[in-house]
Amino acid sequence: MSILVIAEHDNAQLGTATRNAVAAAAAIGGDVHVLVAGSGARAVADQAAQVAGVSKVLLADGASLAEGLAENLAAQVLAVAGGYSHILFAATASGKNVAPRVAAKLDVAQISDIVAVESADTFVRPIYAGNALATVQSADATKVITVRTTAFDPAAATGGSAAVETVDAVADSGKSQFVGRELAKSDRPDLTAASVVVSGGRGLGSAENFKILDALADKLGAALGASRAAVDAGYAPNDWQVGQTGKIVAPQLYVAVGISGAIQHLAGMKDSKVIVAINKDAEAPIFGVADYGLVADLFQAVPELVQAL
Amino acid sequence: MKVLVPVKRVVDYNVKVRVKSDHTGVDIANVKMSMNPFDEIAVEEATRLKEKGAAAEVVAVSCGVAQCQETLRTAMAIGADRGILVQTDTELQPLAVAKLLKALVDKEQPNLVILGKQAIDDDANQTGQMLAALLDWPQATNASKVEVQGDRVQVTREVDGGLETLSLALPAIITTDLRLNEPRYVTLPNIMKAKKKPLETVEPGALGVDVAPRLKTLKVAEPPSRSAGVIVPDVATLVDKLKNEAKVV
Repeated sequence: MSILVIAEHDNAQLGTATRNAVAAAAAIGGDVHVLVAGSGARAVADQAAQVAGVSKVLLADGASLAEGLAENLAAQVLAVAGGYSHILFAATASGKNVAPRVAAKLDVAQISDIVAVESADTFVRPIYAGNALATVQSADATKVITVRTTAFDPAAATGGSAAVETVDAVADSGKSQFVGRELAKSDRPDLTAASVVVSGGRGLGSAENFKILDALADKLGAALGASRAAVDAGYAPNDWQVGQTGKIVAPQLYVAVGISGAIQHLAGMKDSKVIVAINKDAEAPIFGVADYGLVADLFQAVPELVQAL
Repeated sequence: MKVLVPVKRVVDYNVKVRVKSDHTGVDIANVKMSMNPFDEIAVEEATRLKEKGAAAEVVAVSCGVAQCQETLRTAMAIGADRGILVQTDTELQPLAVAKLLKALVDKEQPNLVILGKQAIDDDANQTGQMLAALLDWPQATNASKVEVQGDRVQVTREVDGGLETLSLALPAIITTDLRLNEPRYVTLPNIMKAKKKPLETVEPGALGVDVAPRLKTLKVAEPPSRSAGVIVPDVATLVDKLKNEAKVV
């Protein structure tokens, strides 16, 4: 059995999510290969070759792969897919975008967002916003899978010494063009990889008030997150959204400030190790999952907490 | 331009589902069903394209049991001109739905298909991308802005860390994210009007599609539950607990 993991990267750095997917591949068992499809991405291939448990890296380097367009990336995966029993993507924006294209072309079902490997053909995945866990078995010849990164500890970044093999890059599909990208610049850790996350909800009241969380995040070295309600209200950018339809996080410490705890938010953070909730409503459902709850006015409690830490 | 909008009937987002005691699935008997929220955004977007003059016709499609007619009527109350129900009692998985939609696209020849990015029941996030692959069309998932520009469509997408803008040659597939628009409330006159709009029913066999499920569900279980911890009286106690009990700061 050999497994192909599709690398997540920005043509310079290998994304941590790739190592979570490699860990899932190791749990399935077999030879683990990584495909780095990019442009000027040799450094990424070299990093992938170092990852523990990887036995071969395929590097497809070409202009068509520079921006990770779904049409080209899927074609690249299909060009090398023959012979692999499993094709794994991290369940990131890119992985979720491309994996179903690959599965449909192979005429196989995709198994989305797996959180556990039962055997080479049986996997566990959350449904209904994580309110149920389904164990599903695939009879398809190739298993196309996306991996929930928080469910698998990343494979070590070093320790491997895989060979890097170059493969031809596919031609551009000509149907989709990259126009531009606006990525938020931040010195804070990445939300999905941070060991501490401070999240705000509708209780913050405004985008201006949301800044009260900055000092707390600075103090804790935390990433900032938000509930869907806060994002909908325009208090925080959409890529901060934690929940069923946003990011899934599982940090060591999750501090929920002014968040009531809708099912869809809990789906995104309930696997955190320690949860702290600060809310003035003692009946808020967030207290049902919090290890430590503080019923207080957040505008007093947060500055006090910053002082006390 | 013709726009096709697939809509799914799902358990309402406010319902907390329960796992059946025999672990064969979740109990959806007698619970409120609604249109998948992302699909509502898709219908709204298609309707706005029509109102702006960019689209001439909006066709809503639903695949599933007979009651999906209600979901189609809701889509028509928002603004779809007609509905197509692909009726079956078989459990439909994303690949099967994508194949049914491909058959309808071949027949209806739309220039744009707008779908929700994911359904809130199976949380698969696959159907739009699969349909794009089967048709060899370009795709823009998680759209937060859509602008039709002649024979192309420019789409701003929500991605990890920010936004990305793509220009796709039509025909194309778009899937919606939350911030694309806020669907309108359907009014009583529009609900009445929707009842008179044409609704056609077809069967998967007539479209030449085998919808047999590929994934077998062996078991559905409750996730490990997280019990409530303690309520602390003040910030000082909280900091003490975090430092000395949880040891996370």
